[in-house]
Amino acid sequence: MFYREAGDFKTSYAADQQTFPIKSERWLFWAFIAIAFLVVPFFINDYWNKAVLMPLLIYAMAALGLNILTGYCGQVSLGTGGFMAVGAYACYKLMTAFPGMDMFSVVILSGFITAGVGLLFGIPSLRIKGFYLAVATLAAQFFLVWMFNKFAWFYNYSASGQITAPERTVFGIAVTGPSTTPWATYLFALTFVFVFGWVARNLTRGRLGRSWMAIRDMDIAAEIIGVSPLRAKLSAFGVSSFYIGMAGAMFFANYLGAIEVTEAFGIEKSFLVLFMVIIGGLGSILGSFLGAVFLVLLPVLLKNIMVGYLGWATDLAAHVQIMLIGGLIVFFLIAEPHGLAQLWRVTKEKLRLWPFPY
Amino acid sequence: MSPAFLNFIEIVLNGLMAGIMYSLVALGFVLIFKASGIFNFAQGVMALFAALTLVGLQTGQVPFSHLINAIFGTELHHWGSGLHTVLAILFTMALMILLAWVIERVVLKHLVNQEPIILFMATIGLAYFLEGFGDLMWGSDVKVLDVGLPSGGSLWWEDVTRTWVTEGSEYWGMYIDRLDVAATSVAVILVVGLSAFSQYTATGRALRAVADDHQAAMSVGISLRTIWVIVWSIAGFVALVAGIMWGSKSGVQFSLSLIALKALPVLILGGFTSIPGAIVGGLIIGVGEKLAEAYVGPLVGGAIENWFAYMLALAFLLVRPQGLFGDRIIERI
Repeated sequence: MFYREAGDFKTSYAADQQTFPIKSERWLFWAFIAIAFLVVPFFINDYWNKAVLMPLLIYAMAALGLNILTGYCGQVSLGTGGFMAVGAYACYKLMTAFPGMDMFSVVILSGFITAGVGLLFGIPSLRIKGFYLAVATLAAQFFLVWMFNKFAWFYNYSASGQITAPERTVFGIAVTGPSTTPWATYLFALTFVFVFGWVARNLTRGRLGRSWMAIRDMDIAAEIIGVSPLRAKLSAFGVSSFYIGMAGAMFFANYLGAIEVTEAFGIEKSFLVLFMVIIGGLGSILGSFLGAVFLVLLPVLLKNIMVGYLGWATDLAAHVQIMLIGGLIVFFLIAEPHGLAQLWRVTKEKLRLWPFPY
Repeated sequence: MSPAFLNFIEIVLNGLMAGIMYSLVALGFVLIFKASGIFNFAQGVMALFAALTLVGLQTGQVPFSHLINAIFGTELHHWGSGLHTVLAILFTMALMILLAWVIERVVLKHLVNQEPIILFMATIGLAYFLEGFGDLMWGSDVKVLDVGLPSGGSLWWEDVTRTWVTEGSEYWGMYIDRLDVAATSVAVILVVGLSAFSQYTATGRALRAVADDHQAAMSVGISLRTIWVIVWSIAGFVALVAGIMWGSKSGVQFSLSLIALKALPVLILGGFTSIPGAIVGGLIIGVGEKLAEAYVGPLVGGAIENWFAYMLALAFLLVRPQGLFGDRIIERI
């Protein structure tokens, strides 16, 4: 019905390797991107920006990073919150130390700094595996948060212990600080997510991505055929932390503007991003986005229904919400352990044949 | 003995007893991991849930009163009177068994043969669900749990230790919380009881068989699903004990569920599959944490308790990746 094609007519490797092999899907994708870049900025208001679009984009970025590590390389990490904190504080230190620097370079540099920290905490992965590693990454989570709380240098000795983003610009337009406009922060985050989503897609199907997947599927076998576990695991930790660091930087500078580390980057953040990756689909770029969309939109929706429509007290609504989210996670794992991306894949297969399944 | 040395003893003793409290939580993890290979993240929340239920029954709260009030506009909060402590504990235990059964029926049954990470995520989902459910049922305010355990410092012990110090130096005796002593004794009884149970009863033997090899256990006619319900019930019982101890110590509130996080380094130190490992790991973490807080903490600005256990466990793992008593990891292609 929607996908009309008869047989395989690919004549080149490039055609075979395409991300969107079906023409209509390709058009759909570019139309979607065009709307996101060219239409949404004209209609965006503060509520949509703060409540939906910014968290969506930033969590999508973080989920991409974690998906590279957990989904592609098979190393479960519970330290996402800690690495986001590194990104945020690196961003803050860069912004205050070099006031002239534009925001693009600040965010990317914060990513690189986080990648360095990630490499450091990735070293134990060479020796320990599975759940032992997951617990070991908790060490990173707690240690990093403690460090940012304890040493006043990181928050420039401010009395409250908070960090607040000063105003910085891109092409003369403010994207951080109090005088930003919704469309500016939105476009800034969208650019990052689009560019690095594209990078992630191409990384994961290239040589590096294949070495990650080999390590994930069976590390000993991978080692025997010549994949270096050291290089594969550490590069996964590095690239993943790079993404998560950028997400942390944007979370702080563009989204919230002022944060306190234990509140913003606690262990719940780590779990939230891990949920996104699992619900979206492990080892899928699309899955990272779908997971982020799902877990950002669901609470907003539930809150609107329970508080806005039914008029319940907010704490009661919060309890019901956390219960529903937990229940939904279990439900999704039972219904489709490979996540929303797999659901989409199955639907697509069905649509290709519909309405003549034979 | 010099006061410094006595202080050291005091820290070690308190560390040992704090460690026992960690072991109590870790024990629940180990039981489930051994029997089903599931890393049950919900253990801490189960403790919270058990404690909440116990308090609710004791004080005679109406379950779901907030929800009912919000929907029907009523003003419910308490029944006329609460239950006796023993009855309340029995009812709570019954509820934990029911919970185990429901978990097996609704969740685990459908996830057999999935990858461990999926099962792990399912237990995190379960933890969220239980947390919301418990709060919804009993309200989220901090509650005081009193089941008649002793509390406060032991004066007798203070007097005894005061005489140990060398003449002429100032020393005011050691502080030991009587609740910690009670918890330690309960933990010892629990461990002995569990070992006896798994050693000398038919069900216990079945549990060990399943822990050894699922396939072989099934082939001699052990029902895996019944065993899982039993194991989760036992874990629920351990959670109830842990909930009572931690609840009496620091009140029943959300942070109780975070003790699960404290139990994790204990687990990796002791090994996921060993009950003695959970105990010894708990003791090491407890003592290490208290010593580090007392002697290293002042050097780096304090509050290192949060992460020190993890670092200790991490350093340890680099030497022995399977933990102290864990099964040796053998990998084949």
